[in-house]
Amino acid sequence: MPGNVGRRMPRLEDDRLLRGNGMYLDDIHLSGSLHAHVVRSMHANARIAGIDVEGARRAPGVRLVLTGHDLGDLNGPLPLLGPHPSLLAPRTQRPLAVDRVRYVGEAIVMIVAEDRYLAEDAADLVQIDYEPLPEVVEFDDARRGDRFVHDDIADNVAAVVSQVRGDPEEVIRSAPHTLALSLDIERSCGSPLEGRGVLADWDPRRQKLTVFDSTQSPVAIRQGLSRILDVPLDRLEVSAPDVGGGFGTKIMLFYPEEVLVPYAALRLSRPVKWTEDRWEHFISANQERGQHHEAVVAFDDNGRILAVSTDFDHDTGAYVPYGIAVPAVTGTHLPGQYDIEHYRYSGRVLYTNKPPVSPYRGAGRPQGVFVMERLIGAVAKRLGTEPWRVRRANLIPSSAFPYDTGLELHDRSRAIYDSGSYVEGFDRMLSHVDVEAFRERQRATRAEGRHLGLGMATYVEGTGVGPYEGCAATLNSSGRIVLEVSVPSQGQGHATTFAQIAADVIGCAAEQVHVVTAAGGPTAVGHGTFGSRAAVMSGNAVAAAAHALRAKILAAASVLLECSAEDLETRDGNVFVRGAENARVSLADIASGANPIQYPGTDRPTPWVSREPGSDAPVSLSATEYFRSGQWVFGSGAHGVMVEVDPGTGRVTIDQYVVVHDCGRVINPLVVDGQVVGGLIQGIGGALLERLTFADNGQPTTTSFLNFHLPTVDDLPPLVLDHLETPSPWNPLGIKGTGEAGIIPVAAAIAEAIEDALSPFEVPVTSMPLFPADIRTAIDRTEP
Amino acid sequence: MPYVRTTVNGQPVEREVEARLLLSDFLRHELDLTGTHVGCEHGVCGACTVLVDDRPVRACLMLAVQANGKPVRTVESLAEPGQPLSRVQAAFKRNHALQCGFCTPGILMSLTAVLEEEGPVSKERAVDALRGHLCRCTGYRNIMTAIDEICAEPKEVGGGAG
Ligand code: FES
Ligand code: FES
Repeated sequence: MPGNVGRRMPRLEDDRLLRGNGMYLDDIHLSGSLHAHVVRSMHANARIAGIDVEGARRAPGVRLVLTGHDLGDLNGPLPLLGPHPSLLAPRTQRPLAVDRVRYVGEAIVMIVAEDRYLAEDAADLVQIDYEPLPEVVEFDDARRGDRFVHDDIADNVAAVVSQVRGDPEEVIRSAPHTLALSLDIERSCGSPLEGRGVLADWDPRRQKLTVFDSTQSPVAIRQGLSRILDVPLDRLEVSAPDVGGGFGTKIMLFYPEEVLVPYAALRLSRPVKWTEDRWEHFISANQERGQHHEAVVAFDDNGRILAVSTDFDHDTGAYVPYGIAVPAVTGTHLPGQYDIEHYRYSGRVLYTNKPPVSPYRGAGRPQGVFVMERLIGAVAKRLGTEPWRVRRANLIPSSAFPYDTGLELHDRSRAIYDSGSYVEGFDRMLSHVDVEAFRERQRATRAEGRHLGLGMATYVEGTGVGPYEGCAATLNSSGRIVLEVSVPSQGQGHATTFAQIAADVIGCAAEQVHVVTAAGGPTAVGHGTFGSRAAVMSGNAVAAAAHALRAKILAAASVLLECSAEDLETRDGNVFVRGAENARVSLADIASGANPIQYPGTDRPTPWVSREPGSDAPVSLSATEYFRSGQWVFGSGAHGVMVEVDPGTGRVTIDQYVVVHDCGRVINPLVVDGQVVGGLIQGIGGALLERLTFADNGQPTTTSFLNFHLPTVDDLPPLVLDHLETPSPWNPLGIKGTGEAGIIPVAAAIAEAIEDALSPFEVPVTSMPLFPADIRTAIDRTEP
Repeated sequence: MPYVRTTVNGQPVEREVEARLLLSDFLRHELDLTGTHVGCEHGVCGACTVLVDDRPVRACLMLAVQANGKPVRTVESLAEPGQPLSRVQAAFKRNHALQCGFCTPGILMSLTAVLEEEGPVSKERAVDALRGHLCRCTGYRNIMTAIDEICAEPKEVGGGAG
C-alpha cells in the first residue's frame, strides 16, 4: 500500500520501550545465573611477573577464576577484521593477558561468582605483579625509538595507508600558492548509554549454547564464536536484545568478554552474565579519532584548489583489531565534495599504550573533513575572500555524476560517488545562513566588544558497505508479515522503517509487519549494523523479499478467487479482484488456505490451495531474497554554524546551526531527522565537550561522565534542518545511509566559526576539541 | 540481615536485603522491575531515576534499605498493562523522543514528577528536570518538542499525570 515510505510515522517499537518493557542485556534474568567480573591492568605498559588468584578462588561465592593459562589454545590472538596488504605488523589482543599488558584496562583475570558483588569482592584478592615499562602515550613517544608497545615492532608502526591520484607533488611544487597546516584531532569515544554486556547459557539438555550480546553484529559474533569455541552453528544461537546505543563501539568483534563469558558458561553449565560498568567502559571499550595531520594545499588566484596532500599519524591504541578501516576512511573521504584533481594521503598507523581503536560514528570521516575544511579556511584567508566562495568554486557539479574519485576503499571497491546535488545543497545552506546579514551583525556586535563567528563545512559519507544483506519474508496465518533480517537496531528504528518498506510492497499496514533480527534463520549469514548500511543493504533486501512474497501471495489468492494473478491487487491487508470490490480474500485467509491442516480454533474450513493444479504440495508463503552490492553509495550534506565566543572566558555559544542533508530517498523523515540531529549533537560534544585524556604514564584520567562530558539539553542549539533527496541510482529504493552523517562535519564547521569569531586576535584553530580553557590559552598566546 | 518494607508501584514489598545492595539493583534484579536502567552508577546520567516519596531520586546512589518506609515508583507504574500511555509517554511516542530507549525511563520519571507539581506545567521546570539527564541518541530536540506539547496541553488531557 503505497504511502508508508516517506511518511513521518511514529515508531512501532516505542510503546514497549516507553512502558519499561525494553529487554536490554542486563534485563535478562536466567535462573541460576552467575556473574562475571574482569580484573584489568592498572598499568599502561608492563610485563606481568606473576598472577596470584588463589585468594580469589577461595573467596565466598566464587565458582570459577580464569587466567590466560587456564584458557590454553583459546587464548590465542583474537581475529583481525579486514586483513589488508598495508598492514605491516597487525597485532590483536588475547582474551586474557598472560605476560604483558599494553593498556590500562586490558583484561587479565575473569572471576565468576554467585553475584556481581561477590565477584568484585574476590577481585580485590587477585594479586598481579607488574614490571612497568616506558609508556607510549603521545605520537612523539611512538617515534622515540626507546619504548615499544609490541617488543618486536621497533617503530610502533602497524600499517601505512596511502594513495595518490594525479601528480600532487609536482602540482604543489609549481602552484601559484601553497600553504601548510599542522592539525590535530584528539581521542574520543562513542559512549552509548548502555555499556557492553554478554550473557551466555549452555543447556546440556538441549545441547545448545545461547548467547545474548549487546552487539551491533550478532550474526558475525555467532559465525566467529562457532569457530573460536568449536561449537557447531546448529548448537549456537547469538542474538542482540534491545541495545542501548552502539555508535560503532559495539561493532568491534571480538571483545575478550564475548569469548570468555560463553566459555565460562560452557565450563560451568550455568548461565553467566557480564555487564560492563561505566568505569570499565572508559578503560576497556574501544575508542577513536586521535590523528595528527601535516597537510598541504596548492591553489590558484581564483581559489581553485589544485592539489591536496596530507601525511598523518593515526593512533590505533595497543592493537589493531579493525585493520586499517578508520585511517583508510579518513584518506578516502578527505576530499569530500570538492573536485581536486591531484591528491595524496599517507597515514602511519601507530601503536600506543591506550585502548584499541575501532570505528566510532563517523569512523575517520570527521578527521578528514576537519583537515579539508581547515585548508579551505586557510586558502580563503590567504586570498582575502570568504571561505564559502572557495568552497563553492571547488564543489563537484551535478553534471559530473557518477563521479569516480580514483580512490580505492578499504574493502577494495572503488569510491565512485553515485549521485549528489552538492552545489544545490550548499546554496540552500547559504540561503539559510544569509552570509551578508551575518557579516552585518558581526560588524555591529564587534563594535560592542562581542565576537560572533561563522563556520561551514561539507562532507560526503560513503554508506551501504557490501557485500550483501538478506531478508526472509513470511506471511503467517495470523495474517501478519514477518521480516527476518540480520541487522539489529541500536535505536535506529528498523522495526518501523523495514515495516514501512514491506507494507508498501505487500499492500498492508506497517503495523501488520513484524521485524525480527535473525539468530539462526535463513538470513543468518549477513553482516551487521555499521557503516550506515542497514537501510541501504537490508532495506533493499526487505523490498526484494516482499516483492517475492507478494508474488506468492497473489498466486495463492488467484486459486482462492478463481482468477488470474494478473487481475489481482493488494490493499489494506486484502487481495482484491481488480474492479470487483467484493471478490476479496484477507492475508490471514490466504495463509490458512495455503495449509491443508485444520488446526483447533480455526472457525471455518478454508479451501485448500495447492501449489499448482494437481499437486499436493503446500504453497510456501515465504521468500528469502538478498540484496548484493559491491559499490558504496554516497550521502552528503552542508553545515553552517554561527557562534559567539567570549574571549574572557573562552566560552563558545552556538547561536544557530544549519544542516542541509541528502541521504537519497527517505523512508521515514521522523527517523532520519532523529539520526541527523542525534549525530549533530554528538558532534557538538566532540567539538566542545568531549576529550579522552591520559596522564604521561598512560593512566586514563577521564573515566566517568563527570569528566567526560556528554552534551546535555543546554547544548542543543537553535536548528534549521533541511533536506534534499537525490536518490541513489544504484539500489532499487534509491536509499543512501544516514546513520553517521550528522556528526561528520561538525568539528570542522565549529572550528571555522571560532576562528572567525576570534579573528581580531588572529587565533588559528588547528585542533579539536576546544574547551574554554584551550581558547583562553590560545588567546593569551597571541596577546603581547 | 537488614530489611526493607515499603511499597513499590503501590504493591507492598518486604524483603531482607544486604545493607550494601543498591536500590537500582534491588528494583532490577530482586523485583524484576528492569525498566529502571543503569547507565553510569555514578549518579550522573539519570537513567536510573525513580520516584521515592514522589520525588525523583537516582536509584544508583541510594541503598535499598534507605527506601524503607518510603514508597517507590518506577517507569512500570506510568501506564497499566493494556491501558493507554501516560501523557509524557504519549508525547514521547508522537515525537520520536527516544531512539535506543535506554535513557528514557529516567527522563519519563523526572518529567512525571514535574507534571505532578501543583498548578500548570512549567516549561522551565520541565527543562530543568531534563538537564539532569544524559541522552546519547536523540540530541534532545524531540524531547524538547514533547515537553512543548505537554506544556501546551491542559493538565487533565491524555490519561492524567501518570
Ligand atoms: S545510573 Fe544512576 S545516574 Fe547513571
Ligand atoms: S534514546 Fe538512547 S540514550 Fe537516549
